[in-house]
Amino acid sequence: MGYAKQPDFGTPEVRSDKTVTLSIDGRDVTVPEGTSVMRAAAEIGGDIPKLCATDMVKSFGSCRLCLVEVEGMRGTPASCTTPVTDGMVVKTQTPRLEKLRRGVMELYISDHPLDCLTCSANNDCELQDAAADVGLRDVRYGYDGAHHLGQAPDLSNPYFLFAPDKCIVCSRCVRACDEVQGTLALTVDGRGFASKISAGTQEDDFLSSECVSCGACVQACPTSALMEKSVKEHGKPERSVVTTCAYCGVGCTFRAEMRGEQLVRMVPWKEGKANRGHSCVKGRFAWGYANHKDRITTPMIRDSIDEPWREVSWAEAISHTAGRLQDIRAQHGARALGGITSSRCTNEETFLVQKLVRGGFGSNNVDTCARVCHSPTGYGLKTTFGTSAGTQDFDSVEHSDVILVIGANPTDAHPVFASRMKRRLREGAKLIVIDPRRIDLVRSPHIEAEHHLPLQPGTNVAVLTAMAHVIVTEGLVDAQFVQERCEIDAFEDWARFVADESHSPERLEPVTRVPAEDLRAAARLFATGGNGAIYYGLGVTEHSQGSSTVMAIANLAMATGNIGRPGVGVNPLRGQNNVQGACDMGSFPHELSGYRHISDAETRALFESDWGVTLDAEPGLRINNMLDAAVDGTFRAIYIQGEDILQSDPDTKHVAAGLEAMDLVIVHDLFLNETANYAHVFLPGSTFLEKDGTFTNAERRIQPVRRVMDPANGYEDWQVTQLLANAMGLGWDYGHPSEILAEIARLTPTFAGVTWERLCDEGSLQWPVNEANPDGAPVMHVDGFVRGKGHFVVTEYVPTDEKTGPRFPLLLTTGRILSHYNVGAQTRRTANTAWHPEDLLEMHPTDAENRGLNEGDWVKLASRKGETTLRIKVTDRVAPGVVYTTFHHPETQANVVTTDFSDWATNCPEYKVTAVQVTASNGPTDWQENYADLSERSRRISHEAAE
Amino acid sequence: MTKTIDEIVARHAGREGALLPVLHDVQAALGAIDAEAETRIAHLLNLTRAEVHGVVSFYHDFKAKPDPRPVVQVCRAEACQARGIEGMMPAVTAAAGDRVRVETVYCLGLCSVGPNARIGDDLHARLDEGALTKLVERA
Repeated sequence: MGYAKQPDFGTPEVRSDKTVTLSIDGRDVTVPEGTSVMRAAAEIGGDIPKLCATDMVKSFGSCRLCLVEVEGMRGTPASCTTPVTDGMVVKTQTPRLEKLRRGVMELYISDHPLDCLTCSANNDCELQDAAADVGLRDVRYGYDGAHHLGQAPDLSNPYFLFAPDKCIVCSRCVRACDEVQGTLALTVDGRGFASKISAGTQEDDFLSSECVSCGACVQACPTSALMEKSVKEHGKPERSVVTTCAYCGVGCTFRAEMRGEQLVRMVPWKEGKANRGHSCVKGRFAWGYANHKDRITTPMIRDSIDEPWREVSWAEAISHTAGRLQDIRAQHGARALGGITSSRCTNEETFLVQKLVRGGFGSNNVDTCARVCHSPTGYGLKTTFGTSAGTQDFDSVEHSDVILVIGANPTDAHPVFASRMKRRLREGAKLIVIDPRRIDLVRSPHIEAEHHLPLQPGTNVAVLTAMAHVIVTEGLVDAQFVQERCEIDAFEDWARFVADESHSPERLEPVTRVPAEDLRAAARLFATGGNGAIYYGLGVTEHSQGSSTVMAIANLAMATGNIGRPGVGVNPLRGQNNVQGACDMGSFPHELSGYRHISDAETRALFESDWGVTLDAEPGLRINNMLDAAVDGTFRAIYIQGEDILQSDPDTKHVAAGLEAMDLVIVHDLFLNETANYAHVFLPGSTFLEKDGTFTNAERRIQPVRRVMDPANGYEDWQVTQLLANAMGLGWDYGHPSEILAEIARLTPTFAGVTWERLCDEGSLQWPVNEANPDGAPVMHVDGFVRGKGHFVVTEYVPTDEKTGPRFPLLLTTGRILSHYNVGAQTRRTANTAWHPEDLLEMHPTDAENRGLNEGDWVKLASRKGETTLRIKVTDRVAPGVVYTTFHHPETQANVVTTDFSDWATNCPEYKVTAVQVTASNGPTDWQENYADLSERSRRISHEAAE
Repeated sequence: MTKTIDEIVARHAGREGALLPVLHDVQAALGAIDAEAETRIAHLLNLTRAEVHGVVSFYHDFKAKPDPRPVVQVCRAEACQARGIEGMMPAVTAAAGDRVRVETVYCLGLCSVGPNARIGDDLHARLDEGALTKLVERA
């Protein structure tokens, strides 16, 4: 497991059915047509010296180091730009080539500092390697000529530096930014000898530029010109472990590059099938929270939240907690106990928490944070297609012709996938965006949506039904697909329903505020533009009609025949790293793993015999019901693993009241989060770097997470759950998460073929992995829907009960931003705050002017539920009448204002629509002040007992 | 400035490869293309600031700062060197002082009749030191 660089084939892989055979240095090699000579040589282990070529970007042919001789060809062509031909005879090493390459290297080195021994790229530098490869022994030009030495480095980016004196202007960074990330933030300034890499105009540095700090340029740089500051600080890594990122649902795989137990850097793994060697600022750089000083590593208990915390041993914490749980169960019954699983923890950890609740606590009161994000996806896609998951893999987007993005902001929330989508859009695919806000995808360099439908928040169903109306009434339905693949009666009911004149774009325009002509054009484009793919996020699900919207999306995909092959499909963009997995693992109160209803006796029997317990046949309480029941006094104790419900769940005051009413709140987390202010037991958690296990991403891809350092708190999270279970007498004896995974596979048909060993060997598997799909399923519903026939559902638009009026005339919608993640517990504890130090309220210039507000003013944001203060940003990204903010910072607590309205089917909260008023303000609200007091008091730790 | 740039870009709207023509017009209208202008042009053409800056900085005739002084472009490429331009440069520089900007160019395409210089769109050939300094003084 020593440190080796990832292989670099010099030019990107070419996919072609035709192959070509050629001879390189006397060895025959067969490669796909269109492959470069350089790549063909690398395939057989050859190593042609190169500087400007790397397999993440197209060949460029500028460094002139990779020259080769080809029989019958004049001169010495560059191997990176020369495609292979059949029968070609190539020589990569001849006296003539040696001389040429040495000459080129001499020129490079004549303007390069000779400080290799103190350079952060020492022994990890392609320039150094190339000099060695070509046998550079002398620089005849000397070092006294014009040079770039001594130029000041640009240290503005918190994570990497740019040292122009080390730069050889190969422009790999510029091309990586253009081709891989698609941000095009870098350029070559000037020309000739004066050429210099620049991040924007002459007034920009890396931080002020359009750079999104994805790290692609740093990865592409052959020298130390662009280098992680962490490498400069700690030195070159000595080993690497492939693992999966713990941020969003894209599920990028990284090499955690280590020195001892010190993580030196995270480098995207080129073989990762979700990210294909790319990364974003969060996964690549924002891992510093793992060792942040706020991290709590000693268990703590207290009798009441008015008391300071008391540090105790693990043994005391576990026996105290188990004892309290048993007491409360004895007094109030099993249904007074419950738990919440975490979409950030592994499948194995999540599975154990629900097992503890169902089999140990004895109730089905288990829920998960997916309740507040993608529960409608589960419900909607199960009803229509038969599976609670997206239909495609991420590679699918490479085959899409029309991409419809609704209620998602991929460039901020799923940036690595967004880069892949943007690449396809630059290739010519058409884009339709349905979003109240002008997200970056609507118009950003080289990307322009064909149609942006800026709908009134809360009218998704009306817009989608109107699109369906156009498709049905204008004869654009894929009749053959519907005939063969769907239930005809349901289709006909649906077609009659949407064709009704009341659902025409013109009739719905007053409600949706989307110009009817635009909507018609968008519908026609989607139905007739070739492969149509729908990507959606929480702007779809977090509404009172979230489930209806998911089903309306599914209807649209089925009606246009866009299911069951690459390039199409319905793709929920999952918010958290393992939200798909948490749902798969039976985290919902009504379902066991694999989405099997708890009332199903056969399934229950399977688990009962395996676990040796009796399961309650009644579904348990959802999060919001647990909180309601707590206020009523019937729900008394909760075990919360890795979720900060106080900050993330809607209507903060209600959450606080529920937690305050409970006898026992157990928080199992990395930090004393906001929920812990109401907790009686704090069990320190471990980070993704400290545990083995698996995460499942948005494409149903199960990927291994690997322990690269010991848990700072002493235990991986599944071990803590096991300790608690055993203290309650359950007698578990898992020695490693692979054993839990084996249990999951044994009990869950869709995971039947998944094993830890296979995941480690193959990198990942996309469920279902069963007899029908022994190697998993990149695309689902290929030959037929999982439920048999696709089921159309009539989706009547019902306006939300949250209405604007004279007191609350504006609609608030919420979202997130690239540099932060969810409630910010992790990202706020990293240098990502350089980009987004606080939550801002976006407001249209007209609304701001009417209120006499200017950019940067403090304002009070008030709803029927509560009020908070924050500063405003005046922008026409939002329409008049709509305001927008993020929810990353506890000082703001945007959820103080959100309501308890929720999805009719799943109770997913309606975060995306709140009627508000915004007024000038000169200080924090009473809630903010009181909460800040409570927070300070509640976080006190008494060290006396521990000493 | 914004208005001028907006008008120029509108004139070239829909044209393929509009950036260079836009830059020429902006340079002509404003005498320079500074960071603010680059930012505005990038926004209007849906390009990044870096892309615009890369092109602006590549061409010597696009200026980052306006310079109202008259310009004399003197060819100092091989042919003109062979005909003695280097020997004339001290006198040219002295004549220019701070009032005139003397720019070196490499070849005006009149190699057979050098030394050559250019002022605006006018080319001047077969120059000797006297003729060249006079040009500078009158520029």
